[in-house]
Amino acid sequence: MNEHRIARHPILPVEERERVAFFWQGRELLARQGETIASALFAHGVRIFGHHPKDGAPQGIFCANGQCAQCLVLANGRPVKSCMEPVRPGMRVEPVEGLPELPRVNRAPAMGKIEEISVPALIIGGGPAGLSAAIELGRRGIETLLVDDKHRLGGKLVLQTHRFFGSTEAVYAGTRGIDIATRLENEVRALDCVHTWLRSTALAVFSDHKVGILREGRRYVLVRPQVLLCASGARERSLAFRGNTLPGVYGAGAFQTLVNRDLVRPAERLFIVGGGNVGLIAGYHALQAGIQVVGLAEILPECGGYKVHKDKLLRLGVPIYTSHTILSANGEEAVESVTIARVDERFRPIPGTERTFECDTVLIAVGLDPVNEFYLKAREFGLPAFAAGDAEEIAEASAAIFSGKIRGLEMARFLGRTEEKVPAAWVQMAEVLKSKPGKVFPEHPPENESGVFPVFHCLQEIPCDPCVAACPRHLIRIEGDIRRTPTFVPEDPEKGCTGCERCVVLCPGLAITLVDYRRDAEYPTVTLPYEFLRESIEVGDRATVLDTEGHVLGEVEVVGVKARKANDRTIAVQVRAPREYARRIAGLRVQREEAGRPLPYPVERTADDVVICRCERVTAGEIRALIRQGMRDISEIKALTRAGMGACGAKTCTPLIHRLFREEGVPEAEVVDQPKRPLFIEVPLGIFAGVQDEEEGDVQDL
Amino acid sequence: MSKTYDVIVIGAGSVGTPAAFYLSQAGLRTLVLDRLPSVGQGSNKAAIGGIRATHSDPAKIRLCLRSIEIISTWKECYGDEIEWYKGGYSFVAYREREEKILKELLATQQAYGLNIRWLDKEDLLEVIPDLNPEGLIGGTFSPDDGHASPLLAIHAFYRHAREQGAEFRFSENVCGLLIRGGRVSGVKTDRAEYGAEVVINAAGAWAAEVAGWAGLEVPVRPDSHEAAVTEPVARFLNPMVVDIRPIPGSANYYFYQHYTGQVIFCITPSPSIWGTDTRETSDFLPMVARRMVEVMPRLKNIRIRRTWRGLYPMTPDGFPIVGWVREVEGFLLAVGMCGQGFMLGPGVGELLSRMVQGRPEEEDHLVLKYLSPYREFAGQEKLK
Repeated sequence: MNEHRIARHPILPVEERERVAFFWQGRELLARQGETIASALFAHGVRIFGHHPKDGAPQGIFCANGQCAQCLVLANGRPVKSCMEPVRPGMRVEPVEGLPELPRVNRAPAMGKIEEISVPALIIGGGPAGLSAAIELGRRGIETLLVDDKHRLGGKLVLQTHRFFGSTEAVYAGTRGIDIATRLENEVRALDCVHTWLRSTALAVFSDHKVGILREGRRYVLVRPQVLLCASGARERSLAFRGNTLPGVYGAGAFQTLVNRDLVRPAERLFIVGGGNVGLIAGYHALQAGIQVVGLAEILPECGGYKVHKDKLLRLGVPIYTSHTILSANGEEAVESVTIARVDERFRPIPGTERTFECDTVLIAVGLDPVNEFYLKAREFGLPAFAAGDAEEIAEASAAIFSGKIRGLEMARFLGRTEEKVPAAWVQMAEVLKSKPGKVFPEHPPENESGVFPVFHCLQEIPCDPCVAACPRHLIRIEGDIRRTPTFVPEDPEKGCTGCERCVVLCPGLAITLVDYRRDAEYPTVTLPYEFLRESIEVGDRATVLDTEGHVLGEVEVVGVKARKANDRTIAVQVRAPREYARRIAGLRVQREEAGRPLPYPVERTADDVVICRCERVTAGEIRALIRQGMRDISEIKALTRAGMGACGAKTCTPLIHRLFREEGVPEAEVVDQPKRPLFIEVPLGIFAGVQDEEEGDVQDL
Repeated sequence: MSKTYDVIVIGAGSVGTPAAFYLSQAGLRTLVLDRLPSVGQGSNKAAIGGIRATHSDPAKIRLCLRSIEIISTWKECYGDEIEWYKGGYSFVAYREREEKILKELLATQQAYGLNIRWLDKEDLLEVIPDLNPEGLIGGTFSPDDGHASPLLAIHAFYRHAREQGAEFRFSENVCGLLIRGGRVSGVKTDRAEYGAEVVINAAGAWAAEVAGWAGLEVPVRPDSHEAAVTEPVARFLNPMVVDIRPIPGSANYYFYQHYTGQVIFCITPSPSIWGTDTRETSDFLPMVARRMVEVMPRLKNIRIRRTWRGLYPMTPDGFPIVGWVREVEGFLLAVGMCGQGFMLGPGVGELLSRMVQGRPEEEDHLVLKYLSPYREFAGQEKLK
């Protein structure tokens, strides 16, 4: 019955976990112990969780992050967000059709006092930035409370199966995100003065300088910190197109949560919108999970993410459509296909260029916005506060680690617990790690055709240097700044490359190959990194090899497959290839070409359902009409349409409304934003009354 | 002077906007000025939406009866959905003290012809099945009261007022009255001067400042109350439930289920928090949640979505101030609504229009006597 689970994964361990029986519409299903309701439903192919009371639109997963309320279900009669609520044995889960019935309660419950505590430092968010700050504070003996709304520490690092970019010296580059999370967590856990509350969501920063925390999902605590760090990460931007709220359209972060955290296979065929690092990496994660990636569309003429990520995806067989936009997600109750079109220089779709691809899932990866509400409120209210990581500025996790470190030290200084100044080198490194991808160089394969040497298919300046430390003979150099591309410097032929393959398996971009002419100069051996299931490739197989940017070079024979423990799940695959193109080989195709073929005719979605506010189901047309009437105050638009009054607290629609203003040619300065008010997420009233809820008593942590 | 009007209204809020609607309906050239960027952005949008005629004095009763009539028939008359729901009001009694207060008032209210009655415990539980029966004595029930959306209602008045020719200028700060020979001649803003023979002060929480420009001391000062709205659920509650038991920290609180299915609630802090601070406090939710769960345990599972804090422009006796100023001719006050601007607004707006036209109805004189700016302010409103 569990046909939508990942049974084996090339990187992630699939632990056997106890099964818990629960009921969906009366049908008994099995969940993995500790799993959320949403993941358990997805694992059984259920992705429509109900229908919206306003227009009957099907509802499903959108953020998978507890932020919206699209995934609402009734669990034992209570409306809950299925992406956050763990399955409990025997739980009766029903879809929400129309407005949910508030469960009856027979008697007034016992109510306790709301606890209030003081703490020198409070950190909201236990991702790379928050953990790094906690380490700096903890090392200096400062009592610190770290709260995070998830079941484990690490933030989005726990979803990252790939090796990290950045500096080996400064931020664990070359190590996989999931493993960096564990390292940081272990460091924090070893510090007695850092207290961690998991499954604990910050709800509001109040004007009296208290911070309301929903502790472990069941107890309200008011915390009064002397200094606050907002390390609450980022939220994914939404996108307006026809069919944009169909079940099956969701964020790349939601996808990574389902796949890499919960080991659910939520899709068979996936289309990705957005060519930043998030979208590109999601494509890679999908392929690792055995999901077909039908294509990726990027509206700009070039992907915004790292070129190595893009090239990697191209080589694996994923078509990337630059200067393309999504026109619609198609289907009645869920996504059945996606239609894209080429855009002109002003990003308008060009008629006649439409193409439709069959798919069941469309991932939106069109950028991130800082989750900085608590920081802004704290500043407004005069509570000393810092922001770190994505909450401060959207960048890579490596940069978040560094900015957290810096803010941690600054907080210690603020508290008068150290005189240490932030070292200039830290500030410099933080800047380097935050830098956007730089110049792209043309590929110059080495002219040499003898011996053995690495070939770098790494052609863009990005902050990354693990290859330097990988070479035991120190033959790989990056001059000065780690953003420069690496070079191979075989000064002394006696002490040249030994062909150890360390650089091949350690490169986070999977952008180094090793070409070895020693055995056969006409058919040299090329070693390539490979991060798919070991059994998917065998010696003797024929493999399609491609150049850096994914152009097919030919079919070659696999002559070696080395899955060494020391290589940490990166397999070294050796192929024998003709001399003419051996040096140009950069990868092996894993996805067959047919996967990316469009349907013979494009599908046009006729329903005019570009939804801006998904909580209250307000369309772009309704809001556009008000803008054209002259409205500039978003509060007024909200009053008339209810856009922004929903469960997510206007987190999703606000950027989209601003975008509509831009599209209508209204200068940003004329637009008045609506005020932000608590709560960060919806919380049962009884929690604030100090109700000790018997039913909620035993929350199982993962 | 850039332009002249018959009437200038200062404040596009719960009072000023319906006033503009009735003034323009009467053919008066009307200008409404507000320093905020759009209609109802002051205290109107902070109102929770309750509308009742069940007050304790003839002035508010008359004005609110008229408001209910206007709001409840709005959709059929003008077509706009403003989410009117006739769910009634119930003041509940869990102690003899409140039973006594409410029953005493009831006699007065019934004498004014209001549809309100006392329900003993069992009958009250029929109307509000989820009330905590433990200790419940009974309560008043006034089935003709109800609620509507302040946001949609003010927009409806605004839209029709503009269609009738009223002009609204937003993000424009009035900074003074133009007075010539003891009578008003217009207003001065940060952008221009506008002429008018009548200026209405409907500036809500800032009414005292506006009155000060005419050298008047009007006893209006705002205090603040926090409110919140929940997720929507299927209907389970009809009347607004009001609990007037004072306890340390709060005087009373009230909640109802809105047309949309959302529960909206508010508490009156005690002592009052004076001033114009509308930033969120940490006291509000724990204070109100405990009281609500005590009275209606079923509410413990409903999820709170958003909180806010709004201003109550208070007067010393808890009654509004409506009337012509004697010192400056043509200056009309419609201020100090004490947190009831939304329910009073339509009735007051009509009254203001009649006053400006010099055509008061017979009963208006009584109302204006009660709400006179020159009264003693010695009494105390019994049901705030």
